[in-house]
Amino acid sequence: MAALLESLLLKKVDNKSVLEWLKNVEDGDKLSFSKPGVTVHKQEFVPFLLNFLREQSSQVLTNGPATPAKTPSRPKPPAQTQGFTDRKSCRSAGGGVGSRSASRVQLFTPATSESSGTDWDAVGQTGSHCLSGVSAFSSPSFTTACSPAFRPQGSERRSGQRISLGDYIVSPPELQHSPNFQSQKGRKRSSGGAPPGGQGRRGGHHNDESGGRRTSRGGGGVISSRITEQVSPPKMEKLNLNNLEDFPPVGSSTVSPAASKPSRRINPTPVSAERPHSKPKTCFTSTPFSKPSSPPPGVEALEGLMSVGSPLSLQEERELLKREKKKRAHQFSSPPPPLLEPCTPTKSDLRAVSKVTPDPQTCYPEPSKVTFCLELDLLAELYCTCISENLVPNIILELFFVMQLLTSWPTHKHDDDNQQSLCRVNSDVLERCYLREIHNCVYFAVKVLEDQFQLVSHLDKCTLRLLAENERVASFSPELRDRLTQAQDRSTAKLSPSASTFIHSVPFQPATDNRSNFGSDKAFHTFKKQRDIFYELLREWEDFHKEPGWNFDSVLGSRIRGMMSQLTSAGTHSHFARLFLKQLVQMCKYPSVNTSPGDSADADLLGMLGADSLGRLKRLEERLIQPHGVIGPCPPPSFPGQQEFFRDFLQTASCCQLNQHLQDSLCQQLLQLDEVSILSPPASTGEGEEEDGDMEQQDEKQRFASVLLLARLLAKFLGFISFLPYQTSEKPSKEIQDSAIIMRSTSVPVLDVCTVLRKSMKRRRTILTVPWLVEFLSMLDFVGPLLLCYRTALATLLLLYRRLLLRRCGEICYLNKLLMVSVLGWLFQIPVIPEDIFFTNELAEVPELEDSNTSGAGLDCILLVDQQLLYTCCPFLGEFRKLLAAFVSGSTAKSGGIIRKITPTSAELRDTPAANRLQQKLQVDLEQAFFHNQPPSLRRTVEFVAERVGSNSVKHMKATLVSELVERGEKMLRDGLQLSHCNPSKLNDSICAQLCDAGLEALTKATRFCCEKSPEAIRILLPEETSPAVLMTSENITKRLATEKACSWLSANITALIRREWKSRYDRVLKALGSPVSPVSGDVGHAGVGLVTQEQSTPKRKQGCERAAACPPQCSHSASLPSDILIELKELLSIAVGPRTDEELPTSSQVKILLQKVGDTLACKKFLTVVSEQMLLNTTVLLACRLVSAELPVLSTSGFSVGVEDVVDPGLGSDPAVRTLLEQLAELWGGDWCSSVPLHLLFTPLTVTAVLKASDTEWNNYLFLVRKLVEMGIMVEEEVISHWKKLTNLALPVGLIEKFQHQSQSMNPTLPLAEMPSHMDRLQISHQTVEGAT
Amino acid sequence: MDGASETHTPVHEDVKGTIPQAAPCPEESHHATLPACRSTKCHSQSTLLSIFSLEYQKRTKRTISRHHAPEVIESHYQRYLSEAKAHPTAPVLLQLANEVDLSPALMARLILDRFLQDLEGGMPSKTLLNSMLKEPSLIPDLLLANNIYQCTINDCCYGPLVDCIKHAIGQEHEVLLCDKLKERNLSFLDENQLRAKGYDKTPDIILEVPVAVEGHIVHWIESKASFGDDHSHRTYLNEQFWSYWNRWHSSCHLRFGPGLVIYWYGFIGELDCQRDRGILLKDCFPTDIVTLCHASQQERAPRAPE
Repeated sequence: MAALLESLLLKKVDNKSVLEWLKNVEDGDKLSFSKPGVTVHKQEFVPFLLNFLREQSSQVLTNGPATPAKTPSRPKPPAQTQGFTDRKSCRSAGGGVGSRSASRVQLFTPATSESSGTDWDAVGQTGSHCLSGVSAFSSPSFTTACSPAFRPQGSERRSGQRISLGDYIVSPPELQHSPNFQSQKGRKRSSGGAPPGGQGRRGGHHNDESGGRRTSRGGGGVISSRITEQVSPPKMEKLNLNNLEDFPPVGSSTVSPAASKPSRRINPTPVSAERPHSKPKTCFTSTPFSKPSSPPPGVEALEGLMSVGSPLSLQEERELLKREKKKRAHQFSSPPPPLLEPCTPTKSDLRAVSKVTPDPQTCYPEPSKVTFCLELDLLAELYCTCISENLVPNIILELFFVMQLLTSWPTHKHDDDNQQSLCRVNSDVLERCYLREIHNCVYFAVKVLEDQFQLVSHLDKCTLRLLAENERVASFSPELRDRLTQAQDRSTAKLSPSASTFIHSVPFQPATDNRSNFGSDKAFHTFKKQRDIFYELLREWEDFHKEPGWNFDSVLGSRIRGMMSQLTSAGTHSHFARLFLKQLVQMCKYPSVNTSPGDSADADLLGMLGADSLGRLKRLEERLIQPHGVIGPCPPPSFPGQQEFFRDFLQTASCCQLNQHLQDSLCQQLLQLDEVSILSPPASTGEGEEEDGDMEQQDEKQRFASVLLLARLLAKFLGFISFLPYQTSEKPSKEIQDSAIIMRSTSVPVLDVCTVLRKSMKRRRTILTVPWLVEFLSMLDFVGPLLLCYRTALATLLLLYRRLLLRRCGEICYLNKLLMVSVLGWLFQIPVIPEDIFFTNELAEVPELEDSNTSGAGLDCILLVDQQLLYTCCPFLGEFRKLLAAFVSGSTAKSGGIIRKITPTSAELRDTPAANRLQQKLQVDLEQAFFHNQPPSLRRTVEFVAERVGSNSVKHMKATLVSELVERGEKMLRDGLQLSHCNPSKLNDSICAQLCDAGLEALTKATRFCCEKSPEAIRILLPEETSPAVLMTSENITKRLATEKACSWLSANITALIRREWKSRYDRVLKALGSPVSPVSGDVGHAGVGLVTQEQSTPKRKQGCERAAACPPQCSHSASLPSDILIELKELLSIAVGPRTDEELPTSSQVKILLQKVGDTLACKKFLTVVSEQMLLNTTVLLACRLVSAELPVLSTSGFSVGVEDVVDPGLGSDPAVRTLLEQLAELWGGDWCSSVPLHLLFTPLTVTAVLKASDTEWNNYLFLVRKLVEMGIMVEEEVISHWKKLTNLALPVGLIEKFQHQSQSMNPTLPLAEMPSHMDRLQISHQTVEGAT
Repeated sequence: MDGASETHTPVHEDVKGTIPQAAPCPEESHHATLPACRSTKCHSQSTLLSIFSLEYQKRTKRTISRHHAPEVIESHYQRYLSEAKAHPTAPVLLQLANEVDLSPALMARLILDRFLQDLEGGMPSKTLLNSMLKEPSLIPDLLLANNIYQCTINDCCYGPLVDCIKHAIGQEHEVLLCDKLKERNLSFLDENQLRAKGYDKTPDIILEVPVAVEGHIVHWIESKASFGDDHSHRTYLNEQFWSYWNRWHSSCHLRFGPGLVIYWYGFIGELDCQRDRGILLKDCFPTDIVTLCHASQQERAPRAPE
């Protein structure tokens, strides 16, 4: 792997071939290259490349959270994998150990955290991790992807597990076995946010200088890596310390608690000799931990030593460290850099990031300062290919990494020239610092962004704007900036906040909630009581759960458990399960846009007040006091908002009966949802992606979104309940795991994920199935992914992911694909999912994905996902915006303070007075209340009727108003075109504008329509007995809903609709008027002919199948079919054109019969189309040309050829047989069915030359034909003359000219062509074509 | 498809023997007998021609790329120039096409394209190229015009005239299909009506009220005036039929759903294996048609007399 990259960088290997290899799916994954005997596996090379880039940039990346790549260094055989899925610890510990020699630099090698040679690196990490209250042992990659609170992390490594580098670390033995309580204390403190100093630290091992500095900027409980390694965190009941939502550091200054911290020491750890080639890595994640300064020479020296393979003694390292520290202390002595924060995925940290004071001198990347251009290009190309080909586990993550590079700030000044030179001179290409300089980083990032523009352009508008306005993008690639600006205009992202979370209870439904549904009165009453208690609990939770110190279990636990036992005794779990689910769906289906815990609390209140301005104020307030939390693109699975209540409820209740009922019900509902049929848009498939389509289509899209969100919610809870029994606070040891696997594989999993998935792929419904399956699988426990069924499902998903290449335009719509790729990428980053799954060959075991062609296009091919849905399902996509916004605030803040950019949100409905809106809100609530106490069928009826009437009114508008308008427009157009020589396109524009204005009338008309039709329908559909008041109310609600629906569609689309209709009408009119549309005609032929030519050359049905005029009356349609006649004519012409034998020559009577048939066929229009009619006429003219030039000699009926040899008197020049045929032809053309015979073909140089080359007979025949045509009025004299004139302007060979002149003079001057000779002298003589024509 | 015109077209050795020397006799090609005709004789000839045409096209598709290499075109062109100079009256281009085993019309296209590049100093527009192929008199070089025309007129599978014939045959069969439907009182929308409604991809016929043919529901009918071989059928399936089927889910007023494909010139029997999934194949207008019959409806279309 390293060798390959090295060879590439040294240009020993052609990068094209490597790119091809990366792209190629079929040809195995091995690449053999120049170095004999070396083969590279794709699944090794890709992680290596990712790690390499992360490592390269590790010095610069200070912004945003780590972007881990869950990439083990190399694939491991499946048997081994079980041992190493220690998620919270160094992920690839086991693998790393095994493959040290194979990879030079392993980002995720186990050694990284514990055995980092540069201690302060480790410190940096520790410190930063402690900030978030996560054990330092956890790799940053997983601090971002920390599992939800219900799964407390286990970070303990047991001896039973595979060796990790941690085991090599020399550290005091008592610490190795430091008791858990100690770490727990540390943990608790850090979770508390402001741990008292000193407690969690180990006394004797602190390095004062570094510790002091560290803590001063760090803040949280500082625990050394040693301790944290042993940390077995307490079960977190409520707070996921790592989850920003659960644990927002709002208002709490990270600096102040830190200040109280005493300095601490770092326990230096020696570097293992096992890794002679890897640097004592800082790189541990993509953005491992940004050091506040560049690595000092000491480090480099150390590296050098390392590379030689001699392990440093602890003492030496200490020395180095000391030196380094001194240096840095000096460097930063005057301006203490309290804000230069190591980058970690914690919020507090990020806050600090945004505080980074850019040094104006160093931080402006310049294109001119980019070094290693060629290599960077190469790396970018490789990287882009990996992204485009979905070879990386998560493309969103990679994009995020690129954005980080783009927005990175150098945290140090490159004053170390020798260090730089070291970078360059270094003989090993892989050791060069390609991405150390900010210039290079930005260059690289811009390159990748350019390449991945399509992906980028699908991000939300705000992100695009921020990118477009990013001065770095502008300076490195103005072109990219322009494209971004354009894309921004095109982006239709409407990230509107979701509906208010006004809590309704689940209404009483007689069908299920009646007394008759319960076994006994007691059960019925118990349930009613439990129901009341449930809502009581819910309200209480709503009111208090965010109060500090409030604990779900301690406050509500006893009541919940009491409730459960009541339910058990009454046997009413199924009823409660139904209630529970309904409430869950009602409250949580639409995730609130702002998922921070802060806003759901007051949503209720705000909703009731209908106070939008209060809501805005609230949001504004939040923006001001809450830091920009860049969580990174891989947030852990979580239960945002009110989902938390339901999760905690289940956990606290821990009632197996309830869980079983819920499971059953969830499974059933999910499978039903998965089957839901979504209608594809009727016709418009080729339309632009952004087009909103028809009204029905929009409805279907909405329906899909609702189904998808619901399925995701249910699947998450199903997964939660199913895997709840297996959740462990820590990763079980290998033995326990193995036995768990054996035991659990005998029981049937709750959901047959593999079958569901396979079926969905086959039916092309993955866009619905995959997102909810991902939610389900994200809830897996540690052992879960190792079970065959889930392993297979994961592998299948991976295969699917690999096939969902965004760039390849398959039949799956782009946004559909993007959604799937995003959620899958997210899944692959979840800690419990074994990382090795992505880079193994195990896929081969999965039954090859069946070709799904057989069942036709399913949901996947319908444009169902819009940006709104994409962002709802993947809220982490918003991280790009946050990152860029943080950059803006950082880059504009001269003082280093946070300048939060507040994007003004325009107040919608500006014209509606607030009071009015309040009224409206109240009305809506009243309506809801009205339905609440009516049978559900009433609501369904009203909604249905409103929907239909609204839709009908739109259709009615289309059929009436729009078509009237278009008619009116056509009249205006025709009048306008007649009036003057005005510019049609200008006229078009003005008419279009007028029509669109007039189209606004549609709104009032549609309203009228809805008001008329709705009551009728409602009256018929509701029961006769409905009380007048209810009926009236229902009618009015229906009216309102229908009108709303119609008007909202019309106001959004009427203009576009009119434009479209008008455009097609306009085109038709222009075509009908014969305006010069044809680009072909030029001056060569008639415009008309040009048109025809164009039409016929490509027999497009669209134009061609317009039927020709009607048949004559009493036509029996018995004429020959046009195709048959055409075949015969073709036959005859091919004989004429040759080559031929004499036996093939037709007799004159044969030709005569054929011409008769042509006439018949032309007369009967039944089978004739414009195309075939024109072709028939065309071929007859060509036949005439060949006859008249005697190129097609016809045998006289008696069998003699009447061709050239058989010259009759030249003076008369008449050959009766030919002349008869010519006359017949002229009559044919003279028929009233022939409007546009291409007679100009008779006057082409080709024909005339052929005639002149033949004898006088032919010339006479020719003149005979022309004369005949003029006589019969088929051609006007002027027409003939103009043809002649054209002919004279063309070049004819000398000999022929003379002949032509001679012949012409012998013409009968009384004929209409008398004028001809006068043109003859104008014939130009050309020698060019002499050879050819004679 | 047209196959009747290859009398003068030297075809590739291996297929030539199988091709009947088509001199279409008027009786055979009379429209009244054509589609409805079940007599093997008349069917077999047009079927053979259609098969030949398909095979020829497949073969061309396989081999065309080797003629598109710039150096190959150049060598063809130079050969044409020198030979045309030496033998101005001989059908040099046609001979060249036969010699290098390329469809003459395609050869004409290549050469003309090359010629126009010289003339115009750039890639000629497609429309110009097409119009000149269609009307060789537009070509400024008379000798080339003659040669081009010789090629296009003598080609049995390509060229503007053949295209037009194919188009005409397709149209004629659609007209006949409509006739049949009208005879049976089956109300339908044809392609033009559908297109007017804004559908971009439609079958030839959509029945307003579905019928059953041999026990299978039919919503739409597609007319294919060609032989249904596996290759073309697969292409149609992917490009057209499945998408009609899929529209089943798509629209309230028009259901595409399962349907019928008529290959007027026959098809490979094994291809008719998708009946249960909604695609039925026939080589003629079906006789066994069952329509919806409501009790109240007295005057429904009479069942097939036979």
